[in-house]
Amino acid sequence: MAFQSLDILRLSATTVPPTSVRAPVTGTVAKLIDVSKCIGCKACQTACMEWNDLRDEIGYNTGVYDNPHDLSAHSWTVMRFAEYENPNGNLEWLIRKDGCMHCEDPGCLKACPSPGAIVQYTNGIVDFHEENCIGCGYCIAGCPFNIPRLSQTDHRVYKCTLCSDRVAVGQEPACVKTCPTGAIVFGTKEDMKVHAAERIVDLKERGFEHAGLYDPPGVGGTHVMYVLHHADEPSLYHGLPDNPSISPMVRIWKGLAKPLALAAIALTALAGFFHYTRVGPNEVTDDDEIAAREEAKRLREQRDRPAGDQPEGRTEEPIK
Amino acid sequence: MNHDRNHDNPNLIVRYTPNERTNHWITAITFVLLALSGLAMFHPAMFWLSALFGGGQWTRILHPFVGLVMFVSFLILVLRFWHHNYLDRNDWQWMRQIDDVLANREENLPEIGRYNAGQKLLFFTMVACLALLLLSGIVIWRRYFSFYFPIDVVRAAALIHSIAAFVLIVGIIVHIYAALWIKGSVSAMVRGTVTLGWARKHHPRWFRESIK
Repeated sequence: MAFQSLDILRLSATTVPPTSVRAPVTGTVAKLIDVSKCIGCKACQTACMEWNDLRDEIGYNTGVYDNPHDLSAHSWTVMRFAEYENPNGNLEWLIRKDGCMHCEDPGCLKACPSPGAIVQYTNGIVDFHEENCIGCGYCIAGCPFNIPRLSQTDHRVYKCTLCSDRVAVGQEPACVKTCPTGAIVFGTKEDMKVHAAERIVDLKERGFEHAGLYDPPGVGGTHVMYVLHHADEPSLYHGLPDNPSISPMVRIWKGLAKPLALAAIALTALAGFFHYTRVGPNEVTDDDEIAAREEAKRLREQRDRPAGDQPEGRTEEPIK
Repeated sequence: MNHDRNHDNPNLIVRYTPNERTNHWITAITFVLLALSGLAMFHPAMFWLSALFGGGQWTRILHPFVGLVMFVSFLILVLRFWHHNYLDRNDWQWMRQIDDVLANREENLPEIGRYNAGQKLLFFTMVACLALLLLSGIVIWRRYFSFYFPIDVVRAAALIHSIAAFVLIVGIIVHIYAALWIKGSVSAMVRGTVTLGWARKHHPRWFRESIK
């Protein structure tokens, strides 16, 4: 989805700064998902399908509420249902709307080798421009949240756009618009933090002493945040990473290794050039050829001679 | 000097048979294609190289298939030349005298057989790189294989693939430079023969073994 081309903070596989004079005065945006208000109705999934014209394949019921079971190129958000037995022996049904977290430091964008296939707008939204996607799947390796999905039909990667097309014209994302309980809200990141703080006070009053905001610093914070009743244990929520960050292997691979390797390759070639211009080629002279022919002649004569005729005690002079 | 490349010419020694040369050049051509397409996906400054392959998607599609061709071709090459590349005591001496090697003072070096220590080391470096490239390449071949592996294995494979490719590219630059530096080497692989003088100067032990 193309956004105003001047509102770009970062472009994948681009080494020069993007156009950067425009900056939103209100700061970045964020979607806040209050899992304590979520009833698991999946209206957000439906709104996402409708707005983005996505229809996934009909799957099978395997005895859990998750439907579809996982994110796919056609399902950009999925409700994850986790059954948690708390220390008091009570069941807690922890429901989390899963999808792209829109990291401030996006691992997908870092890993992407195709210029402009992944962009980060100045408002914080991380968006895939599939027309530039080459289908390598590096973003999948880069993502700390296991979000991007490669389409098996067009071999491009898809994920939640945070409805960048709607946000661009001043509307909230489709999932936010449709949420019947107000569990999903959208606004500036600052406002969302204030709103979350109020919700956290409320949850703490109601006995969830570890209630808190999920805005993981390991990825520089995210533009999709959760209010969790158990913010001390995010992994309770169907494996939400406790402390996500870009893998060090991806950091080396798509960080330091790139300039160092290229420089070393260029220097190796240059070293060859300068060796050639300083020391020069190693050539065989006519004298070398004559000496070699003479020696070859000697060797042939020696070998043609019957074994018994070999003069005793005389060995061939070693040749340097 | 006689430039007749006839293999019966007594002043020439056959260094590479037509099959060996074809095998080498298939490996070489696929290597060039792989290095260019791989660099396109490695560093943004090199992404323009993807245009040579018909764009980013085609680069991504072709690279692994060309990789399989290179691996098979290289494997055959390895089987052909493995027994020529055993390192011996002379080779360690050769490496200690690398300054003589670089200064073209071959007369000071120990007697070299079919291959010198540098060639042998490069051979085994390439064997290691190719093995790593195949294994890691399969893991990061998103279209057919990546989903069989845990994400951390895929990440490690991506890193290993780029490191092995880097070592291989640097190794091949050295290999190509050595061929240009030691005059007469290129025609060994293009025409198959070397002159007696070349053989005696650069590979004296092999020279004597080859005189029939």
